[in-house]
Amino acid sequence: MSTEVEHYLSLNEVSIAYDSKQVLSGISFSLQRGEIGCLLGPSGCGKTSLLRAIGGFEHLSEGRITLNQDVISQRQYTLPPEQRQIGMVFQDYALFPHLNVIENVKFGLHGLSQLESDTRSLYLLEQIGLMDKKAVMPHELSGGEQQRVALARALAPQPKLLLLDEPFSNLDVELRESLGEQVRGLLKQTQTTAIMVTHDQHEAFAMADSIGVLEDGDLLQWDSAYAIYHQPINAFVADFVGQGVMLNGEMVSSTKVQTTLGCFERKLLADNIDNIQAGDQVKVLIRPDDIIHQDSSELTAKVVARHFRGAEFLYHLELDNHERVLALVPSHHDHAINEKIGIRLEIDHVVVFK
Amino acid sequence: MSLPTTLALVGVLTAWLDIDLAVLGHLFEFVIPNAVLNTLGLVLCVAIATTVIAVISAWLTTVCDFPGRAFFSWALILPMAIPGYVMAFALVGALEYTGSFQTYLRESMSSSLLLPDIHSFGGVVLALSLTLYPYTYLLVRNAFQTQGKQSLEVGRSLGLSARQSFWRVSLPQARPWIVGGSLLVMMETLADFGTVAVFNYDTLTTAIYKSWFSLFSFQSALQIASLLLLFVVLVSLLERRSRHKQRFTNARNTLQARSRILLPSLQAYFACAFCGVIFFMGFLLPIGQLLLWAIPHLSLQLTDQFWRYVLGSFSLSVLAMTIITVFALLLAFAARTQNSYLASWSVKISTLGYALPGTVLAVGLLVPIAAIDHYLARLGFATPILQGSILVMLLAYSVRFMAVAFSPIENNLLRVTPSIDAASRSLSVSGLSMLWRVHFPMIRVGVLTAMVLVFVDVMKELPITLMTRPFGFNTLAVRIYELSSEGLWQRAALPALAIVLVGLIPVVILILRADKVQQ
Repeated sequence: MSTEVEHYLSLNEVSIAYDSKQVLSGISFSLQRGEIGCLLGPSGCGKTSLLRAIGGFEHLSEGRITLNQDVISQRQYTLPPEQRQIGMVFQDYALFPHLNVIENVKFGLHGLSQLESDTRSLYLLEQIGLMDKKAVMPHELSGGEQQRVALARALAPQPKLLLLDEPFSNLDVELRESLGEQVRGLLKQTQTTAIMVTHDQHEAFAMADSIGVLEDGDLLQWDSAYAIYHQPINAFVADFVGQGVMLNGEMVSSTKVQTTLGCFERKLLADNIDNIQAGDQVKVLIRPDDIIHQDSSELTAKVVARHFRGAEFLYHLELDNHERVLALVPSHHDHAINEKIGIRLEIDHVVVFK
Repeated sequence: MSLPTTLALVGVLTAWLDIDLAVLGHLFEFVIPNAVLNTLGLVLCVAIATTVIAVISAWLTTVCDFPGRAFFSWALILPMAIPGYVMAFALVGALEYTGSFQTYLRESMSSSLLLPDIHSFGGVVLALSLTLYPYTYLLVRNAFQTQGKQSLEVGRSLGLSARQSFWRVSLPQARPWIVGGSLLVMMETLADFGTVAVFNYDTLTTAIYKSWFSLFSFQSALQIASLLLLFVVLVSLLERRSRHKQRFTNARNTLQARSRILLPSLQAYFACAFCGVIFFMGFLLPIGQLLLWAIPHLSLQLTDQFWRYVLGSFSLSVLAMTIITVFALLLAFAARTQNSYLASWSVKISTLGYALPGTVLAVGLLVPIAAIDHYLARLGFATPILQGSILVMLLAYSVRFMAVAFSPIENNLLRVTPSIDAASRSLSVSGLSMLWRVHFPMIRVGVLTAMVLVFVDVMKELPITLMTRPFGFNTLAVRIYELSSEGLWQRAALPALAIVLVGLIPVVILILRADKVQQ
């Protein structure tokens, strides 16, 4: 109970069901004030429904949502969106086409004098670098500019929480990174608590302090980006986030696992993985960054595919026993297909699944 | 909202419940076969004529280049402003033997040029074709502009001449629109009353009118109406099916000036002549004739009574415009918030009324209205309350013109996406405030368009007004009909010009907007 009071946004066993379909089951997580969270998952996993529920556009069938110590959603009670002071940014920007930029930004400012609302809007426009376009109509702006205006509009009334629904999906890839940085910067500067929904893990990594991975209505893991990548809680998370392969292994003790690439000591992980004993057949997660290219190494593998990525090559390597691994290698190591290269393993996080 | 239309349809269908054998027998022997043949013949010929005129002129002004092309591309739309019943008597007056045109020819040249008699089947076809071809013209023109650019360029690179490009490239691609346009024209022809009345050409619509007002057999009128309804339903179904085939590609790829086929001088001359003749016959000649009649005694004609008619028409149109626009708004918003089968069916039925001919609608609607009056009489009211009141007229207009108002409003409303609503609510603006600050500004243009279109349509409307008006109530359209059917064309000229002026409003808006899109 006391932990709930500390957190700024708190979801407790939230479930949503329509007709006979269970969209979300037992979702629980929390955010501190000023934190940026991200809901990550494939299409249809329920992340958008969850976001809409936090915004007040969906009803809960079970559970409770608390914002700043006020219960805003629970079974049989949903505070209307217009009373929540929760801002929203959409994939299609949703700018009001009949208003220009500054009029859009000012839209949610109520009860302020003309001077106050102008000052506030201009301040935000300056932060997003669109001061010179304040009188321009939305259809004359580029996609990135429109999204920035949408962000300013949502932030203008100083919302308690900001929700972003796949905000960069409609934009060019190069633009996404720079805009993502800008958005994160602005959110941190205004100390706005935010939740973003995306299916793109790179966006999630770039923007979020905490990431929640969802699959089919279940929240699988809620953790920092680093932990999700290096300490995934199950095979789905390991598979969905980042790249990697699963090698077969056998536990020689409760903490040591034997694979074709060697023997590794496993550090203690989350509770549900601890019921592994000696003799269990397991899968070991090997990420591309776990394999180092070393010409002098005895252990070799054959290159079966290669993808140039600018600074690195992503090599698909085949081991002697025909198991495959991935390796990220600095790109000046240019090796041809069917060439054998020396590799060494440097696994800091040994991740094992049954 | 869909109630009036359903009532009308049901009304017509009850036609066969009470058969007056004597009158029916008379009708079936003398009137109906003739009327049916006439109607079908007219529909067929007008469809062919309008298609030929529209396709050729659309192709010439869109794909080819010749002196005067730019002018004709918008001028050829103008005949649409002239209602059929005005076009009819203006053309007859101009082109008949004692008319101005032939008289002028006889006086300026010694020999008399033998022109075909305008008082003929050909005359009716001419009048209707000239007033209806712009519908197909617009559709086909749009098709040529947006569909064929790539293939035309390929054709030209392969050395196809202008004529070959036409037959092998442009025409096949534009076929769905050509078919759609001609079906629309057919529906309008089936529904036409005023034009055929001027020529004394007996069709199903005039048979309905005569059955009721001359033979005083409302029941037989109803029966003829159900027959006409059959044809209308057939054509209407075909029209809906053809619309599915109209695939819309990106309109940004439009034909530019440099892509047009420049015609060699002989062909250019013929192109110019062709368009010139159409424009002359469809617009200059009738307008000229009306002016010729109206101007000499203008001061005499601008009487108090004339202004009363104008005021009457005007206020009726404004009243109808307001009522119908409000209902269309309600319908559009209801359909938007309720994503149910009931909602979408309501919309479909409500907008069906546009296909119903005015004559059919008028008789069909009167059945349930009379029934209600009967019921009220039994309750003790002094009847008739509904029959013969302005209410019936307005009800009929609502059925007929709901689609006209609904379409532009719905179009605009589609732009108001769910995320716009959500954005507004997240900014603490909801309910009435949202309606005023977000929805209304976004649909403003659509609402205005709806109002203008309904206003003009009600001003021009003839059969419904003629058949359902309260005793002694006259609109400009009715006045024109009365005068022209008595042969008093000179006196009909001024009201006719007034109607044409009103009819020009949407046409001018259309032309201006098409220009803006082109830029």
